[in-house]
Amino acid sequence: MTKILRDVVYSVQDFLQIFGASQLFLMRILAGCPAAFLRPRLIIKQIHDSGVLSLAIIGISGFFVGMVLALQAYNSLARFGATESLGVLAALALTRELGPVVTALLFAGRAGTALASEIGLMRATDQLSGMELMAVDPVRRVVVPRFIGGVIAMPLLAAIFSAMGLFGAWLEGVVLLNVDEGAFWQQMRDQVDVYDDVLAGILKSFVFGIAASLLAVFEGYNSIPTAEGVSRATTRTVVLTALSVLVLNFMLTAMLIGEV
Amino acid sequence: MEAIEGAAAAPTGRSVDDNIIVIRDLHYSRGHRKIFDGLSLEIPKGRVTAIMGPSGTGKTTLLRLVTGQILPDQGSILVDGEDVVKMRRKELYEYRKRIGMLFQNGALLTDLSVYENVAFPLREHTRLPERLVRHIVLTKLHAVGLRGAWRMMPSELSGGMARRVALARAIAMDPDLILYDEPFVGLDPISMGVIVRLIRRMNDALGLTSIVVSHDVEEISSIADRTYLISDGRVVASGSPQDLQANCSAVVMQFMNGMADGPVPFHFPAPDYGEQLLGRED
Repeated sequence: MTKILRDVVYSVQDFLQIFGASQLFLMRILAGCPAAFLRPRLIIKQIHDSGVLSLAIIGISGFFVGMVLALQAYNSLARFGATESLGVLAALALTRELGPVVTALLFAGRAGTALASEIGLMRATDQLSGMELMAVDPVRRVVVPRFIGGVIAMPLLAAIFSAMGLFGAWLEGVVLLNVDEGAFWQQMRDQVDVYDDVLAGILKSFVFGIAASLLAVFEGYNSIPTAEGVSRATTRTVVLTALSVLVLNFMLTAMLIGEV
Repeated sequence: MEAIEGAAAAPTGRSVDDNIIVIRDLHYSRGHRKIFDGLSLEIPKGRVTAIMGPSGTGKTTLLRLVTGQILPDQGSILVDGEDVVKMRRKELYEYRKRIGMLFQNGALLTDLSVYENVAFPLREHTRLPERLVRHIVLTKLHAVGLRGAWRMMPSELSGGMARRVALARAIAMDPDLILYDEPFVGLDPISMGVIVRLIRRMNDALGLTSIVVSHDVEEISSIADRTYLISDGRVVASGSPQDLQANCSAVVMQFMNGMADGPVPFHFPAPDYGEQLLGRED
């Protein structure tokens, strides 16, 4: 019993230590952000690496998620004779929840791991030490552009995910299951609110972008400079990002809806 | 011959102004292990100084202390009269602009070409026009014999070429002091000969001060003006390479002649062999 209690205390202590260190790291990153915008090329390259290179997985995933969503929803709605609501249901599910959350999870797996392992390997091969010895701050030169690139890329990717999801839902519902196309789009236009639904989804994906990018660069930068250390940092990036996104999603949803 | 034991090794009769680095009574521990125990040494200006010693003796750690990457537990590291230990972050970065360092593996930025690697410090610290950057980069690459490789990526370079590019990058800002961390490790004889020649030539042609950390006795002896041998956290001998060759101390003889056993034992400390085989050790 004492051992279990001690383990719990140590785990909480570890968590608080990492949380505190990551917040201090975030402060260092934020301090470096204004200067980073003076060198937009570095940021554009990172938007390309984190965003453009993730387009395929995001687009394909969004498309199939939309198709499955339409298929499942059609069968349930058909029982109540409400298949015309398929469009609005798919749009709300995608813009409010599935778009931001699934994109963040996929981002952690594709771009987050790439960021963590790249920075971890830079540490393991003395590239970061080399920069420090050339009087260049690696946080400002390496970490900040990657962080900003991730934060900018995430909402764009979430929007593309939702758009591809809607296309998948339209293909499945309208083309394959013969749902009325006018009702599909009209109900969506009437009931999807730009502020409550679309902007809320963008806000969520922006927050997820901060969390996912911060965890990836933090884990990579602080990884042990060995093959095992980089591997562990990469794994932790995915696990911690997934957990953080799910917890943050609940908190943001509760805040946006105003009820718990 | 100059071969002095321990902390007493530091004073050499040379005036302080002749030395670019003066280290006094340096203590540094990693965990419970003492790496330096009162180490003192001086690095003369404009010369090639070799720091030698068995593996794990703290040679690379010494370079990290000199560059302010880690702080000692006690002691001072004076570089041109300024104590690295007391420098603030901004002062440390200003100081680092005056030094170049060649890492064991080159530490080239893998996402940049050879040209961009050499241009990196210039782009970060100066606002020189692109034409001048190009001129400097090509001059530095020409000096190391790799002007023709300017378009290549680090992954396309051999170990020796990567180190030469790293050397070109290290001298891009025309430093006063250049530090070499095990520059000969893993090189074929031709590449090793090239690096040996470059270290000496760069030092003389550019008026640099060079510190070379190595345990390759033959190569380092051929270019060093002064040599320090470190063991057990202290300087155990210093002088010209010839002085060290003639030194009769057991530690120096073991190191210089590559003897497997001696003051640095062949066996890592272990319990009694027989007892351990019988499973009776604690």
